[in-house]
Amino acid sequence: MVFTVALLASTPLWLSQVGLYQYLALEIMIWMMFALGHNLLLGYGGLPSFGHGAYFGVGAYAFGLLQQRADAGLGLGLIGAVLISALFGMLVGAFISHKRGIYYALLTIAFGQVFWFAAVKLHDITGGEDGLLNIKRPDLSLGFADISLKSNEAFFYFALVLFALVLVALWRLIHSPFGRVLRAIKQNEMRAAFVGHNVWLYKWLAFTLSASVAGLAGALFAMAQQSAYPNVMSLHNSGFVVMMVLIGGGLVSFWGPVIGALFFILARDLLGAYTETWLLWYGLVFMAMVLFQPDGVAGAWQKARARWARRSSSPPAPATPMNPVAKEA
Amino acid sequence: MALFEATQLHKRFGDNVVLESISLSFEEGQLAGIMGPNGAGKTTCFNVLTGRYKPDRGTVKFAGEDITGLSPRQIACKGVSRSFQIMNLFDDDTALDNILIALPSVRAQGFSMVRDLGRNTAAHDEAAAILARVGLAGKERVVAESLSYGERRALEIGVALAARPRLLFLDEPTAGLGSEGTALLAELIAELKRQLTIVIIEHDMHFLFSLADRISVIHWGQVIAQGKPDALRENPWVQRSNLGLLS
Repeated sequence: MVFTVALLASTPLWLSQVGLYQYLALEIMIWMMFALGHNLLLGYGGLPSFGHGAYFGVGAYAFGLLQQRADAGLGLGLIGAVLISALFGMLVGAFISHKRGIYYALLTIAFGQVFWFAAVKLHDITGGEDGLLNIKRPDLSLGFADISLKSNEAFFYFALVLFALVLVALWRLIHSPFGRVLRAIKQNEMRAAFVGHNVWLYKWLAFTLSASVAGLAGALFAMAQQSAYPNVMSLHNSGFVVMMVLIGGGLVSFWGPVIGALFFILARDLLGAYTETWLLWYGLVFMAMVLFQPDGVAGAWQKARARWARRSSSPPAPATPMNPVAKEA
Repeated sequence: MALFEATQLHKRFGDNVVLESISLSFEEGQLAGIMGPNGAGKTTCFNVLTGRYKPDRGTVKFAGEDITGLSPRQIACKGVSRSFQIMNLFDDDTALDNILIALPSVRAQGFSMVRDLGRNTAAHDEAAAILARVGLAGKERVVAESLSYGERRALEIGVALAARPRLLFLDEPTAGLGSEGTALLAELIAELKRQLTIVIIEHDMHFLFSLADRISVIHWGQVIAQGKPDALRENPWVQRSNLGLLS
């Protein structure tokens, strides 16, 4: 965790020297946050939300609207964006949390499309297809001093602090009783109910929390882009975050979404510099991953480490504490 | 008063009547058996009694309280636990984690998003003690999926026990076990019988008759006979029901 935050914090020192730019690191970090929140559902809850761009978009629009219509500052805008996303998450979660599998996935897509359609059609509120423009990056007021976030570097550090907080909060969450029960529900929903857990409530809370994180990421994205537009709510944007989680290895590792977001945005920029069809190549990589390495990059790394640990142990290899029974059998 | 009482339960799926006016009662501290041929409706009966299916008619009472139509979660929280014929474990978790998840103390703090369950030594000790009780001491860190069949059966009972039930339903606990495994399970259930009220669905008649205080025979979705094991052997309805294993 410290390594991830430190690596991100150091990017202003070396990013330009490798031919990249600070805004890219900012965007990667925002997507990392979005993907980490999404992985609470997909990786830890086994709940396939394929319309999660909706809550990212709600956060972006909420931040812009609070700023432009209610004159909200930085703190109020961000808190408002998180709360409004959470509220929509609560509402949608209430409709879908009794479902699982393909029905759950389809409902999330349907709700995602409703949000996207509303963003396009509610022109007076959202600006329609043009979106909300001229969203400002308000100054960060510390009481004794105001810090301008207008430069990408300053805003990057501000977003990094929020990212670190989200990272710690999600880490705590998945190691808490709540996280453990959520993982149990992923494995066996029926048994979890039969030992007395309120499965619906856990799923609903996980959806709400995930939508809140998406909302915060969306608000930061609105600040980064200085606009909010319907595209962030689109089905393909929702698909991107799923691809990030899966390619990174969110199903087997907390860090999967972080790796996946890094991989995706870098692929977009680096491959995109060579060809307009970068998404085609990325899609092929995604297919290969699903077919041959479904646990993603993190899963491949875990396997390589296990193999390396086996090789480095002196022969004959002793039984690991994880599989003595299998060995007996 | 019986600890658990089902009265005139009726359940149908489409045109298929699976349970027809079934009445059962289980006394506190007893081990009750339910037997019957395949397709008799035994597991459906368990599913209705433990909240998986709602009965079309009839009532279910636990400790004098009407629990008809309550969800499995609500019934579990009242002190009724069950194991499954087809094993239902948290396969990717260790044996210890399977037990931990089912502990009432963990359930009570389940919505805590800050505490670290890994540091809850009291819960870990309690879970380890339950594992030892079902004969799985030393298997704490083994992933459930990697356990042998017999060990998974024991873990299945361990998870049900971890919920600290007052009444434990066991659905065909010997299914797939060899004679050694069945003997070990019989020892475990004989020990549990001293502390719990237990209801067992079982095909192994020797196993059931050696443990049960009272047995109900279900056939064609109805209770065709009830009584003490010895009396049931002589029951003409039971003999005619083609169970074939009672003599």
